[in-house]
Amino acid sequence: MEAMKAKVGERVIKACMCVIALISVAVLLTVVGYIFFYGMHAISPGFLLKSPDYTALDRGGILPQIIGSLCLLGVCLLFAVPLGIASGIYLAEYATENVITKSVRFFVECLAGIPSIVIGLFGLIFLVYYLGFGPSLLSGGLALGFMILPWTVRASEEAIKAVPDSYREASLALGASKWQTVRGVVLKSAYPGIITGILLGAGKAIGEAAVILLTTGGLVTYLPHSLLDDVGALPVYIYMVLTVVPASRAVAESYAFGASLVLISIFMLISVFAMSLRNRYVRRMSVIRG
Amino acid sequence: MGKVETRGLNVYYRGGRVHALKGVSIKIEANKITALIGPSGCGKTTFLRAINRLNELNGARTEGEVLIDGKDIYNGNIDVNLLRRRVGMVFQQPNPFPMSIYDNVAYGPRIHGIRNNKLSGIVEDSLKRAALWDEVKDRLDSSALMLSGGQQQRLCIARALAVNPEIILFDEPCSALDPISTARIEDLLRELKEDYTIVIVTHNMQQAARVSDFTAFFLMGELIEFGETTRIFERPKDKRTEDYITGRFG
Amino acid sequence: MNALEHVRDVKFEFKRMGLGKEKIIEKLLLISALASILIVFFIIAFMLKESIPALALGWDFLFGMRWQPSHNQFGILPIVVTTFVVGLGALVIAAGIGIPTAIYLAEFSPAWLRNVIKPSVEMLVGIPSVVLGFFGLMVLVVFIRDSFGGYGECILAGWIILAIMTLPHVISISEDSIRAVPVSYREASLALGATQLETIRRVVLPNARSGILASLILGMGNAVGETMAVLMVIGNPEIPWIPHSVLEPVRVLTSTIVLEYSYVVWGSMHQHALFAIGVVLFVIVSILNLVTTVAVKGRFGITTVIKGVWKQ
Ligand SMILES: Nc1ncnc2c1ncn2[C@@H]1O[C@H](COP(=O)(O)OP(=O)(O)OP(=O)(O)O)[C@@H](O)[C@H]1O
Ligand SMILES: [Mg+2]
Repeated sequence: MEAMKAKVGERVIKACMCVIALISVAVLLTVVGYIFFYGMHAISPGFLLKSPDYTALDRGGILPQIIGSLCLLGVCLLFAVPLGIASGIYLAEYATENVITKSVRFFVECLAGIPSIVIGLFGLIFLVYYLGFGPSLLSGGLALGFMILPWTVRASEEAIKAVPDSYREASLALGASKWQTVRGVVLKSAYPGIITGILLGAGKAIGEAAVILLTTGGLVTYLPHSLLDDVGALPVYIYMVLTVVPASRAVAESYAFGASLVLISIFMLISVFAMSLRNRYVRRMSVIRG
Repeated sequence: MGKVETRGLNVYYRGGRVHALKGVSIKIEANKITALIGPSGCGKTTFLRAINRLNELNGARTEGEVLIDGKDIYNGNIDVNLLRRRVGMVFQQPNPFPMSIYDNVAYGPRIHGIRNNKLSGIVEDSLKRAALWDEVKDRLDSSALMLSGGQQQRLCIARALAVNPEIILFDEPCSALDPISTARIEDLLRELKEDYTIVIVTHNMQQAARVSDFTAFFLMGELIEFGETTRIFERPKDKRTEDYITGRFG
Repeated sequence: MNALEHVRDVKFEFKRMGLGKEKIIEKLLLISALASILIVFFIIAFMLKESIPALALGWDFLFGMRWQPSHNQFGILPIVVTTFVVGLGALVIAAGIGIPTAIYLAEFSPAWLRNVIKPSVEMLVGIPSVVLGFFGLMVLVVFIRDSFGGYGECILAGWIILAIMTLPHVISISEDSIRAVPVSYREASLALGATQLETIRRVVLPNARSGILASLILGMGNAVGETMAVLMVIGNPEIPWIPHSVLEPVRVLTSTIVLEYSYVVWGSMHQHALFAIGVVLFVIVSILNLVTTVAVKGRFGITTVIKGVWKQ
């Protein structure tokens, strides 16, 4: 009898968990589905290929925002990727465990924990004003770079550490120097892992609004021609179009849907790419390790 | 004068807490195969890695002399990378790089500044020498990780040959292989001996007896007995050697 | 001899990189590694420099009850309190939904279901927060306004949106750490006659605790530091107060910065106060990170995420 009761109790709890799991997945899918559904209605070739017209929103598009977001991502990666990989190499291959490496790891962890809005404020005071870059592609890209640097550093370090020592020994035994070994064998084996980490960072950067809001100008209707030009970005556009632009609410919403759809599509593309690369990498590593 | 000669070689690990080789003195002849035998943990791998200074990677400390062609390789003026070019190594587990077959073999020559136009010749010759060419000549661009274990090990041999070494160290090259692959590698060793000085670690007494000209028996970091293989196997001088090769030991 | 003969004749042209070059490369790599430290130092230095006048207000700033820049009043206590209320509430919801989901996925769900759910959840880690905020504005706020009255833009909306945002993190990391508990532990417990649920409660969860906790703290840090998603759904009244109900509109630290930085007079106390809010945020999040590091042995935060990526 008691056992029966316990059995029933177990079944009930299990069922509850199943329901909760389904709910949480349903919620997440609803968000994405909702944006896709309404976004599809808002998107047209003109919307994707024209510049915004903030006086008559229904005639405009979001081309400068799409290009701007990609440019910002480019600058951000140009800064964070080489620096991150170099740091990762140093931490994984050259550093002995000492005060320097411990503090580098600590500060990387620190940087990762800094809220993006604080990075934005820092970008505003340091890049925009102090260094005089103004609200620009350069300021925005670098600030995003500060934000994702910890990801590129740690992902590189972990991926490099996962490379089996037998590769290093084989290379050194052929007479390669340390740097030749790192460049020729270690990075070659670690690159899918490193790229996965970079893509995770890129996904963060592409969707980040607060940092860009503070370090670029906001409502932009043209494409950037130089690093010091102002630049538009999709996340900022979504926020601005809903809050700042004096237009009919319905039009603003429709445009925000369209921009959200584009943004989320880019984000998911990056995400899916990162995941498939990760899976391939994990599989390969398990082949290597037997 | 032997090709490789050690005098009073001591190797310590972990800041001296592990004394892995104790005063080993040995002369290894050129163009001969020398087998190192002994129970697990007796220092065979350590001895091999002392010859190409790979022990330094795990923080080992080395005392005594290791001479190659009469020159002490632990002397400060030696370029370690050049030394390792002259002393090739094949490891226990096949460890081809995760690149194409071609790039695996070309890796070494490239490192040493050989230009592209000479590379394909070197790759082909090395693969032929390692008796792998016929099996892979149509798929040089496919990943080395797709090869079987025995093929991978022969690829590693080809990779070592491609930098034109004088001495090749084999650390239990057949322990991960099936009998057929093992036989192929043994044939290979006999061929290679014409041009190279070979030192091979093996746990397999028959293998040592089959392929080697000289045999060295190690026990707990000491070189117990060294001599011509036939003599060691037929008339061991030391009781411990006899116990080991007849299987009455460890 | 045979084929390799001519290789023997090849004179290796050694274009060896000199030791000098290797040393230079090592130095360059070291400098790159130090860049992260430098950036953090710059952030701290510039943030402090800009906020010292406001921090110097001391008590009036940190515990002042009134934030009204136009009247030169810069008390952030109501904002700090609501920030914690919003963050904690979101965390409770995310934990309440995320942990059972993780347990279900790791322990009960059929493999095919897990293979569908896990990747789709992981894909949503880091979904652009402004999109979530927009969703909240369009759906959640309207729903709350219609069913409970009020503005709709309120704490409750903030909780839910932040919980949705944190959920993928919590599910993904918790599930990884539950699966990381060795099967042998489970078998030992089951062999003693414990039921599956007892086993989970007494053996699996205690062993997965640190991972689950890490995911929660990570979520909390994200929630407190999150800007856009919250900003768009919590209403942000002109003069913030400490709320009495979850249906009241509120302000958090991050939203205050975004809303006011654009019209702030550069060099005024108002500007310094906004930067000081940034410092307060930084400190709160750092304390949260520190607490985890001390409470759960081992490093957390980004390391957990990145290591989680390689697990599976
Ligand atoms: N990196 C290391 N750090 C510390 N001790 C080590 C290290 N490498 C080897 N040793 C120790 O040195 C001794 C000799 O090891 P070595 O690997 O040379 O033995 P071996 O004869 O090759 O054994 P096996 O037949 O199992 O490969 C052993 O006691 C081992 O524990
Ligand atoms: Mg060994």
